[in-house]
Amino acid sequence: MKYELTVGLETHIELSTKSKMFCSCSTAFAGAPNTQCCPVCLGLPGSLPVMNRYAVELAVMAGLALNCKVANTSYMDRKNYSYPDLPKAYQISQYDVPLCIGGYLELQSGKKIRITRIHIEEDAGKLVHKEKETLIDYNRCGVPLIEIVTEPDFCTVDEVREYVETLQHLMRYIGVSDCRMQEGSMRCDVNVSVRLKGTDALGTRTEIKNMNSVANMVRAIEYEYTRQCELLEKEQSVTQDTLRYVEETGKTSPMRSKEDARDYRFFREPDLLSVSVSDEEIKAIKDKIPELPKDKIKRYIQTFGLTEADANHLIKYRRISEYFDEVARLSKSPKTGAKFIIGQMFSLFSTEAQKEAFAVRVTPESLATLVNLLADGKINSNLAKTTLEQMLITGKSADELLSAEDMAALSEADLDSLCKRAVESNTGAVADYKGGKEKAIMALVGFVMRESRGKANPESAKEKLKEIIK
Amino acid sequence: MGRIEQIHSLLCKKDISCRELTEEYLNAIQRDNPELFAYVTVTAQEALTAADKIDRQIAQGGDIGMLSGVPMSIKDNISTRGIRTTCCSKMLADYTPVYDASVWSKLKNSGAVLLGKANMDEFAMGSTGENSCFGASSNPYNTALVSGGSSGGSAVSVSANLAVYSLGTDTGGSVRQPASFCGVVGLKPTYGAVSRYGLVAFASSLDQIGPMASTVEDVSLVFDSIAGGDVLDSTCNRDYKPDTYKTLKDDIKGRTVGIIRQFADNNSISPEVKSSMNEAVKTFEDLGAKVIMVDIPEILRSVPVYCVISCAEASSNLARFDGIRYGYRAQGDFMSIHQLICKSRSEGFGKEVKRRIMMGTNVLSSDKCSFYYDKARALRQALSNEFSRAFSQCDVIIAPTAPTPAFVKNRVVADPTVLYMEDMCTVCTNLASLPAVSLPCGYSAQGLPIGMQIIGDKFSESLILNMAYKFQQATDFMRTSDWGVKL
Repeated sequence: MKYELTVGLETHIELSTKSKMFCSCSTAFAGAPNTQCCPVCLGLPGSLPVMNRYAVELAVMAGLALNCKVANTSYMDRKNYSYPDLPKAYQISQYDVPLCIGGYLELQSGKKIRITRIHIEEDAGKLVHKEKETLIDYNRCGVPLIEIVTEPDFCTVDEVREYVETLQHLMRYIGVSDCRMQEGSMRCDVNVSVRLKGTDALGTRTEIKNMNSVANMVRAIEYEYTRQCELLEKEQSVTQDTLRYVEETGKTSPMRSKEDARDYRFFREPDLLSVSVSDEEIKAIKDKIPELPKDKIKRYIQTFGLTEADANHLIKYRRISEYFDEVARLSKSPKTGAKFIIGQMFSLFSTEAQKEAFAVRVTPESLATLVNLLADGKINSNLAKTTLEQMLITGKSADELLSAEDMAALSEADLDSLCKRAVESNTGAVADYKGGKEKAIMALVGFVMRESRGKANPESAKEKLKEIIK
Repeated sequence: MGRIEQIHSLLCKKDISCRELTEEYLNAIQRDNPELFAYVTVTAQEALTAADKIDRQIAQGGDIGMLSGVPMSIKDNISTRGIRTTCCSKMLADYTPVYDASVWSKLKNSGAVLLGKANMDEFAMGSTGENSCFGASSNPYNTALVSGGSSGGSAVSVSANLAVYSLGTDTGGSVRQPASFCGVVGLKPTYGAVSRYGLVAFASSLDQIGPMASTVEDVSLVFDSIAGGDVLDSTCNRDYKPDTYKTLKDDIKGRTVGIIRQFADNNSISPEVKSSMNEAVKTFEDLGAKVIMVDIPEILRSVPVYCVISCAEASSNLARFDGIRYGYRAQGDFMSIHQLICKSRSEGFGKEVKRRIMMGTNVLSSDKCSFYYDKARALRQALSNEFSRAFSQCDVIIAPTAPTPAFVKNRVVADPTVLYMEDMCTVCTNLASLPAVSLPCGYSAQGLPIGMQIIGDKFSESLILNMAYKFQQATDFMRTSDWGVKL
């Protein structure tokens, strides 16, 4: 291709606070319309905002996880514009001095997507368009948001996809947000431009607002790329428009042009003090951040010898990886523990929410016990597998499910007598083996395994059987 | 003895019941309000219910607080739950708040008896009391004259004995100037001394709620009970718990009083006002204070700086009034919501309010912001610094409250900026976040009250009220009005 793509993202993420940014109303999703409102978030005359300190803390946490510098003092500003979903007719946001600046997110390839800034702001209400009227739900009004702005560092849609998915995962992981795009707790504005390959200057960009799925983002960027390339080919210029993506057609359409761009008339929010975060507070927040996914993957591979695929599997959900960490800590073979979790526990849950919750009836201690029984050779892997199945169903421990006999090691003498019995009762198989059918011995091994209720070691049994038959 | 103490003693001695007292005020309001128009809403039922409650407390032998049972008024831009709060604007003429302002909650808990909501200039914009959608309030000294504003109704209610005290609001002089025109005492507290929660914002970085009453003692008592931290207002100082009443009568011997050279030399200030100020200087000297001259050159620029900042903030604060959720909505068929909002705002706001919204929108617009708003903020800081320097030389500063006494209504002024210049004596303290109390310091040849401000450093309400009290005791400028209730 003659042209190359450049993309920058502005991602809005709702913070996982219980109450709103400037009042004590609930932030719960899907409440009955206009039931989670008060004079403050409705912007009734005379009401004043009071900062939710936990929102600041979560925003700082997000900044630290994205390698940003956190400002000791930042300021809240008013962004003035009139729209029915914004009852004060201004959004309290941060303009020239944001909370976090200058971070990055590293992609698998090692490429760093630079983060320009992260600022905190409040969400607006939701318009519900009906056939002849528009209803307004102010429940979302005043829910705390962060806006993460990147530099125009993306060159492919795959990079965009990876960034969004990694960001989503990271924010969920550290508890900053649930990042549910379909519920609107994560939304992206996408800035797209194209330029001739090899040139330095960026092309004129267009901004596609409010994307709520990665798939749509990819389609919108691809559409916009083609459209802009075609314009340039025809020697027409791209106009700096704000666009919306129309899902039904797969096309973008203009919302407003640069001439109609709003003048937000930013100025300091006089109703709030500056946002102060001391170095001690920053350190305390840093200490609260759990081990980040990329560090975890590294540890799983290097310390426990897991495969990259298994490590990636385990860190996908924070609960699961925490569960695994506990099993690994308590057991002799983390790798075995991982195998059980991936092999037998993942399949129990189908929805994202279930996987996130990871409500299993087996405690990490209990699974570790089972892993150790196996590692000590007290039970074999077949028995371990069936026992875990029972544990998951009944919630009982391995100790409760396995009898003393199950766990007692099979003595040499017992193995000897079992093998003899096998040879005596399976004359056909013995004859086949002697006749040169090597595989026939497996029938005898099977007999020993059955009779020993899985306790015999198949390899030792095979050796012993060969000896007897000889 | 102040009015409040006097009433407190009458109630405690059962010389009068709270209901009788309240009824006297309500009757006086019924009689005098049509002429003075201090009240835009009279809350007779609520007042009598509150009074009966106080009477029951007294009957049961319970101790009642100093403000208990004292009838008062509140400016109509302070939110009162269940009682319409109109800001004297067509835009909010039918608006009834669902919550109480913090100051009103505090006073209600202290047993205050609310007689009604006081008239004002629309959204507190104006200094005559004439910009009210319900009609102008009148000066009790001469009903052909303006009350001053914007807390005109509050000043009139106190001056005409239609309330013992009132809560006004002061963004650029709106408590002090009408207090001076009506011959009463009015305090603009330090920014952050009193919670603004529930005050319908005009200019958030300048607004303060302040008490108005006929004596310094009364102002002190009310201030003490409304001041102090409020979790609902982040800009309110949580550590400030003033007890100005305790130090009200302290000796002021040895105190240094500054007078501002830029006002002393100023030709816009009338000779009558100047001569009253000169008398005031002598009074302070007689009280043992030292008087010095201080320089605050930036004060000459304070009116334009104030205009830019207050209008900028107002344009943002008043943008929410769109007729969608509450307030005035224009009638007719509209092509778009934008059209509906446009027409509602055009019809709902008065001329002065629209003028200031437009000025504010203009000075904040991206191409002009650095020229107007940013510059005004820098000058505001410079003014603050000059005041700080002055307070290293003196304890308090005295200044006229207004360049002239009250003037006639319907004065025709072609250029509104000429009117704005009349706020030159008061806006500087709002810009510098300083406390200032206005009290009568003389009378004009026509018998009209002249006001003087005592300005203090931040959070020095105790000192300025102490100075004001001593001045009040040493002079005889508190006049009893022919209007209203005679105690």
